[in-house]
Amino acid sequence: MGIETKIGEILPEILTTRLDQIVNWARKSSIWPATFGLACCAIEMMAMTDPRNDIARFGAEVFRASPRQADVMIVAGRVSIKMAPVLRRIYDQMPEPKWVISMGVCASAGGVFNNYAIVQGVDKVVPVDVFVPGCPPRPEGLIWAIMKLQEKIEREKVFNEKIEKVA
Amino acid sequence: MAEPIELTRSVKKFPRYADVSRIRTRFAETIQEIIEAAGEVTLIARREGLERLMAFLRDEPALRFNYLSDIGGVDLGEFAFPRFAVAYHLYSLEHNHRLRVKVFLAEDDAHLPTMFKFWKSANWLEREVYDMFGIRFDNHPDLRRILMPADYDGYPLRKDFPIKGY
Repeated sequence: MGIETKIGEILPEILTTRLDQIVNWARKSSIWPATFGLACCAIEMMAMTDPRNDIARFGAEVFRASPRQADVMIVAGRVSIKMAPVLRRIYDQMPEPKWVISMGVCASAGGVFNNYAIVQGVDKVVPVDVFVPGCPPRPEGLIWAIMKLQEKIEREKVFNEKIEKVA
Repeated sequence: MAEPIELTRSVKKFPRYADVSRIRTRFAETIQEIIEAAGEVTLIARREGLERLMAFLRDEPALRFNYLSDIGGVDLGEFAFPRFAVAYHLYSLEHNHRLRVKVFLAEDDAHLPTMFKFWKSANWLEREVYDMFGIRFDNHPDLRRILMPADYDGYPLRKDFPIKGY
């Protein structure tokens, strides 16, 4: 393009980039999870935040008790039919943009709880971005999911198509 | 109340269970059978006079079952008669002994008087039995489902209930 190099030469302290890129970079660098531990997966989710695994390296260490301050909901454990409306409500209370990680086989597909009380996959209740296999997944698995989510956020567009065309 | 009964506990045989053989004649129309097996004592009772029996078990000084530790529901299968049973697990903190009271119920007549007035713990325990087996408890203060959602269809622990629900 040339203009970046021109500006870079004249004003070296100026950084030129695309808006999508810088907004997505900011978003992916601090995806705060909403606390939604439902079962044994929650123990591994907590282990993800400890010094050994240290999810702070990826900016996702701040677990929020309020969905209003959260970016990603990590559904950690089996969701009972009675819990499903609560889960949906927490999801609805999260501000946009928001993402969901389905942690473990129970949240993803019911797992061993193939019975009358458990929702067979949390994607029946909320849209899921990343599924993590495992029973429960190791903290590394969840970190992998966070990184996959970061890759996904990088590809997202800040403005929708309509606004882009007008611009 | 009549004069207090004297109990001779067969300590060696059933050390943890109360000897209720002496009250058999007193509640002849309610007590169907007293089973002693595997070191445990089960009193099979009828619904008629159950409240009077339970009140006696709680208040009689020699028995004093002041704690209702659990209520269990049983479904013996859709072809069994009677189909259902409800087991009350009583414990006496004073005497450190136990007793199981079991009542059999027919499918078309599956209801029992509530024990809430004798033991407050019966409230949630009876709700659980109602939730899982559909056995109703008359005069219960708050007979709602306790584990499953309020709009749930069916009673999950019945034998003819499909494992994935209706």
